[in-house]
Amino acid sequence: MKILVALKQVPDTETKIKIHPEGTALDLSDVKWVTSPYDEYALEEAMRLKESQGATVSALAVGDDRVKDVLRNALALGADEALHVSTSEKCEDPFVVATYVANAVRDRGFDLLLFGNKGSGGDHAAVGPMVAELLGIAQANVVVKLTLDQGRFFAERQVESGLEVVEGKLPAVITTQKGLNDPRYPNLKGIMAAKKKEIISIPLTESISPALQTMKLAFPPPRAEGRQLAGTPQEQAQALLAALQNEAKIF
Amino acid sequence: MPTSHSGSFSTDFMLFQLHLTDEEKLVKQSAREFVNKEVLPIIEKHAQDQTFPHDLISKMGSLGFFGPTLPEKYGCSNLSAISYGLLMYELERGDSGIRSVASVQSSLVMWPIFQYGNDRQKDYWLPLLASGEKVGCFGLTEADFGSNPSGMLTKAVKQSNGKWLINGTKMWITNGSISDVAVVWAQTEQGVRGFLVPTSTPGFKSVLMKGKWSLRASVTSELILEDVLVDEETSLLPEARGLKAPLSCLSQARYGIAWGALGAAEMCYETALDYALHRKQFDRPIAGFQLQQKKLTEMVTEITKGQLLALQLGKLKDSHKITPAQISMAKMNNVKVALDVCRSARTILGANGILDEYPVMRHMANLESVYTYEGTHDMHTLIVGEEITGISAFS
Repeated sequence: MKILVALKQVPDTETKIKIHPEGTALDLSDVKWVTSPYDEYALEEAMRLKESQGATVSALAVGDDRVKDVLRNALALGADEALHVSTSEKCEDPFVVATYVANAVRDRGFDLLLFGNKGSGGDHAAVGPMVAELLGIAQANVVVKLTLDQGRFFAERQVESGLEVVEGKLPAVITTQKGLNDPRYPNLKGIMAAKKKEIISIPLTESISPALQTMKLAFPPPRAEGRQLAGTPQEQAQALLAALQNEAKIF
Repeated sequence: MPTSHSGSFSTDFMLFQLHLTDEEKLVKQSAREFVNKEVLPIIEKHAQDQTFPHDLISKMGSLGFFGPTLPEKYGCSNLSAISYGLLMYELERGDSGIRSVASVQSSLVMWPIFQYGNDRQKDYWLPLLASGEKVGCFGLTEADFGSNPSGMLTKAVKQSNGKWLINGTKMWITNGSISDVAVVWAQTEQGVRGFLVPTSTPGFKSVLMKGKWSLRASVTSELILEDVLVDEETSLLPEARGLKAPLSCLSQARYGIAWGALGAAEMCYETALDYALHRKQFDRPIAGFQLQQKKLTEMVTEITKGQLLALQLGKLKDSHKITPAQISMAKMNNVKVALDVCRSARTILGANGILDEYPVMRHMANLESVYTYEGTHDMHTLIVGEEITGISAFS
């Protein structure tokens, strides 16, 4: 079995995000980059399938040389090869990224294509489903449990207030959600073994224009300061009730 | 504050990690994630209760944190000295006691077996110690012989039947009560020799040392050897002859400490910086007050100088040009710097600095031990003194 894991590099959640003065992009000068947490579930699932039933695992990332770090991390975790779709263009538009990924993987014979259900930060939740459409194969999204059996997949999906179980034929795109597994971190032997593995560069055959344009980025408005109620417990309770009725209009 | 684009050190003012290889960055990141997920959530309670987090040993073993610089055929990773240093840095960012466990296992148990052991000893012990299946300790120091180990009273006497009889007592032994094997140093007719003593050998006993206000999440023990009889073939380290053998092990461990202490300092500095930015007095963050800024500036400056010193030390070690006096300078400087940073951090946190809600007081108390163990600050000062003057002040 051949498994593809598509990885996105995102700012670490520890990083304090700044907006570029122009207001339409992030200021990336001070950012620490990591693999998107949802993609870690995809990679972990691939490694578990490799261990339990045998598979070759290819990691893929789209972007400039900076994204090679997530590929090296994937190799250290046990991926067999890394595919780098190399472009200096900004890769924020989901359709652009999906097209590049679909073109890169089309003739490589993958049985299973794993994506995080969304990229942490952009939150489009679009690339995985778009790749499935572009390749004309099945898909199951926001998956919390995955079983493969005789060329078919059985996936439990998180849906509004419940679970949905879907079945389909491989090859397929599965997008992964928190709860699927508990991702490991690379051990030192894996890190040294990764040194001997290659990152294969895949040049772009065509360049396409973004379908989306970011107009404005803004932080959420700062939270208004709280108010402390004074008086006896009875007075405080009355003041609270009045505030909830008249100001918050909850009742 | 500038940070490197691909970095995981948040405190890296002079971008020292631009000099790291891809593997070194991954080692650091892996160790940092391990500490964030497995150490930080549990360590304050273990330190408060004076208990040792036993399950961290197999976790560290499976991640390859024990003996990482040794060859792959022993289940190790053949990493650079800089990688080992970064590992110690990240582990000590969690806790000096946890770093001590890895230091002792790697530098004071696995390294001497690798360096001075016979093939049978290496093939048997190194894979078990690398995986964390077995734990080791290092018995050199005695109650009355700390800075002058050459006076040690522990004696090993060769018997007629290919065996050795060992008698003596060792003190301040990290991992002592959780060990499967002790590297015991003893006086013999041939000078100081080293022995691998399985802790199950009759006559071997360990006593847990209690009442520590420092390294409370790490096991420190007394080792008592009473007519312990061991086989020369499996026990005696054939290549270790004279006191320079145990001292060479200490050089390995001290190298790691020169890196490790800065991890504790980074944690305290970042805690203090964050606190100063959020703590308001007189209606403004205390980070805006000149006295606090001066402290923070001095803290980050000293950490930065320490990082550059450690990095250069690592380069010297990787190119086999390192000297014991260079290691002494780095251990001496970086532990002192780290202790000062932790103390300054405590003052920035004010009364909150003494609470276990923050890691500062634990690190500060830990570093009091680190300042003294593996060669005291004073001894390292005199080792550098001897190096530059040619005159020994202590022998």
